[in-house]
Amino acid sequence: MTAHLQPLMRRLAALLISAALASLVVFAFMAVLPGDPARVALGLHAGEDAVAQLRAEYGLDRPLPVQYVDWVAGLVTFDLGTSYVSGAEISPQITDRLAVTSWLVGSGLLVALVVAVPAGVYAAVRHRHVDGVAVSALGQVGVSMPAFLVGIVLVTLFSVRWGVLPSSGWVVPAADPAAFVAHLALPALSLGLVQGAVLTRYVRSAVLEVWREDYIRTARAKGLGTVQLVTRHALRNAAIPVLTALGVQLATMLIGSVVIERVFAIPGLGSLLLDSVANRDLLVVQDVVMVLVVLILVLNALVDVLYGFVDPRVREQV
Amino acid sequence: MRAAKRNYGPLRTADGFKRPTARGLFSSAAAAVVAAMLASCSAGEASSPHSTGAQETDARSLSVGFTAEPASLDFTQQDGAAIPQALLGNVYEGLVKLDAQGRIVPGLASSWQVSQDRRTYTFILDGGAVFASGDPFDADDVVHSITSAKSDWSVSVADVMDVVDSVERLSPTQVRVTLSRPSNDWLFRMTTRVGAMFSSEDTTDRATATNGTGPYTLKQWNRGSSIELEPNPHYRRSAPYFPNVSLKYYKDGTALNNALLSGSIDVISNVSAPESLAQFEGRSDVKVSSGTTTGEVLLAFNNASGPFSDKRVRQAARAAIDKQTLMGTCWAGKGTLIGSMVPPTDPWYEDLTSVPPPNQEHARELLAEAGTPTPAIRLRLPNLPYATSCGQVVKNDLEAVGFTVQMDQLEFPAGWISQVMHGKDFDATIVAHVEPRDMPAVFSPDYYLGYSNPEFARLVTQADTGTPEDEIVDMRAAARLISQDAAADFLFLLPNLTVARSNIEGLPTNSISESFDLTSLRAQ
Repeated sequence: MTAHLQPLMRRLAALLISAALASLVVFAFMAVLPGDPARVALGLHAGEDAVAQLRAEYGLDRPLPVQYVDWVAGLVTFDLGTSYVSGAEISPQITDRLAVTSWLVGSGLLVALVVAVPAGVYAAVRHRHVDGVAVSALGQVGVSMPAFLVGIVLVTLFSVRWGVLPSSGWVVPAADPAAFVAHLALPALSLGLVQGAVLTRYVRSAVLEVWREDYIRTARAKGLGTVQLVTRHALRNAAIPVLTALGVQLATMLIGSVVIERVFAIPGLGSLLLDSVANRDLLVVQDVVMVLVVLILVLNALVDVLYGFVDPRVREQV
Repeated sequence: MRAAKRNYGPLRTADGFKRPTARGLFSSAAAAVVAAMLASCSAGEASSPHSTGAQETDARSLSVGFTAEPASLDFTQQDGAAIPQALLGNVYEGLVKLDAQGRIVPGLASSWQVSQDRRTYTFILDGGAVFASGDPFDADDVVHSITSAKSDWSVSVADVMDVVDSVERLSPTQVRVTLSRPSNDWLFRMTTRVGAMFSSEDTTDRATATNGTGPYTLKQWNRGSSIELEPNPHYRRSAPYFPNVSLKYYKDGTALNNALLSGSIDVISNVSAPESLAQFEGRSDVKVSSGTTTGEVLLAFNNASGPFSDKRVRQAARAAIDKQTLMGTCWAGKGTLIGSMVPPTDPWYEDLTSVPPPNQEHARELLAEAGTPTPAIRLRLPNLPYATSCGQVVKNDLEAVGFTVQMDQLEFPAGWISQVMHGKDFDATIVAHVEPRDMPAVFSPDYYLGYSNPEFARLVTQADTGTPEDEIVDMRAAARLISQDAAADFLFLLPNLTVARSNIEGLPTNSISESFDLTSLRAQ
């Protein structure tokens, strides 16, 4: 094994161990969660015999370790099983819903970056001026706004009052690209604007730190303009802390999308999770949570790897 | 400047090969993610190609908004009001159905005869009915449907079929059902999902597909967002006004309201937050309708143990709560006061709202008489809007007469069913029982309220086995008895609050059956 692959292998091993531990925790939580899936399925007046029979059909009468091993074996072979409630295969459901959530989170991230990078740099470069302080203050207001509230305000303005964008729903991109963008606009803005405000603060403080370095002063003394200073020196050196924040924010957005999906009636992974919890469709809940956990672990690992590419000093340390 | 450019040029490895930059890696990752999303979307297209927004171009299409989406389309195996709400009457039909006044009228049976001993029902089938699959509907399908409801359905609502002794085909258009004892309730239950008729040659996976004789058939189920219905090509009568109907699901009440205001839907089936009705009032483009449902909101007592096993303590709690004020505070004054377990649309309704009148002094006297002037109780609430908003008012009223109330919340349905209904670990709870004509089931001794009164059991049995006239008299007496016994406090009846575009007609004012009838809807 070549030397530069070793850190990657170590990272992969850590990821697998984390996922295995997470699976144990997720399963344990589901096991102690009050509420019987069979009882929920059969209704308020169901008799004990009928409930016991359905529990046996679901396989819930088996010992917990057997259920756990069975579930994990399914996970590693990408067989996520069938839903207790609908009897449908879980894998295609998760794939469809994950695609929807990926669009939402991806476009939210884009909005966040488009807002945060210029605003953060501006606030840093103009930190001694009124406009720079105003941008910082605006960011602070954005940080304190919950995404669902931003969503409700946007819907009230753009959908109810002006009628220019749909208030809710989802259109598959291949079916109607224009309608897809129209339906994605408000949810992406709701998710992205708040995260953009958070990211603005990280960008500002990272750029501000770099802005005080000697090499910036030297570059300025050589006659470099502000724009060139920012694009050639400041942004590159400010990237590490911003990247760290971005990794955490992606996880936050993935979880935050659960609320946004509810506000905008979007059939993503979050709404599947909430519905499945309510119906005690435990296998779907376990699978969705594991998919989210693995996604977040992979994103974090990806960010760690990216450090090395962004900053040679980090790569040398590794 | 050149030095700076050199310093931050492309990163290279010691062997001189260009190492991918962060930008390059980001681009690759982004491209991979986009490719995966497109691939997934294309893959998912077959199952969900349709918009869930109302961008339909067909003027004869209709979008109706609901809050609860079915978890499965199979009401034979999965409980819940959402499935029959969408499918009963629209996709599946029964031999009999309810009309807008709550009367039992012909459905797939054009008529029926009841024997002298009230145990035998002979149904004459309406000729010409055909399933969406093309199979004609006949007596064999009736035998198959009733037999399988009796033996194969797993949900508890099918227990009403226990009374069926035998079902036999007399001819292709005649069926005889024999009951083990007379039962007025059985014929009524045949108007609900239990009476739905399925094809005896059916191979449909009912969890995800449909095959009924109704005017609509399932076109597409976009899980998590909508159910699309299209006309049943074999429907025996004239097609409904709206050939294409989209049932859209919004978990969030505000999102549902906004969907109507922004033109995404045409009808809100039932407004879940009555205080939000104000935004629709005074608008010329929408109309609001307020009627009754079959959802009685109960302050349900644990009659079997704890402080509420004493009738006087239960009566004290009833007298302590001013229901009119409570409804105004926690449900925006929308709803109907009932006083017992009977909505005004049932034939045996009687105004019992003054049993007893709110009187806090009388409540204190009852508690003193019971020897517990300051009973401590646990009020366990499901996390449902009406329960959480009314819980605080109930707590205040009870504490005003001497109760000490410890209140907590349980997740509904699973947590509440486990703790309250199954575990019976409660003194009182607030919950709406929405099934039609559910008084006998809710106040049976083995149900979670633990109410046991032989006289009540005698009355409901007599009502079920007697003539329809006897049924009214006996059910009325039974309703009066549980009110006087304070088996529960009947807080109010949930309202049926529909909002629709002003050109939509035919929406029923009251919600009487399990179904949301799409066939009566028209546009001006």
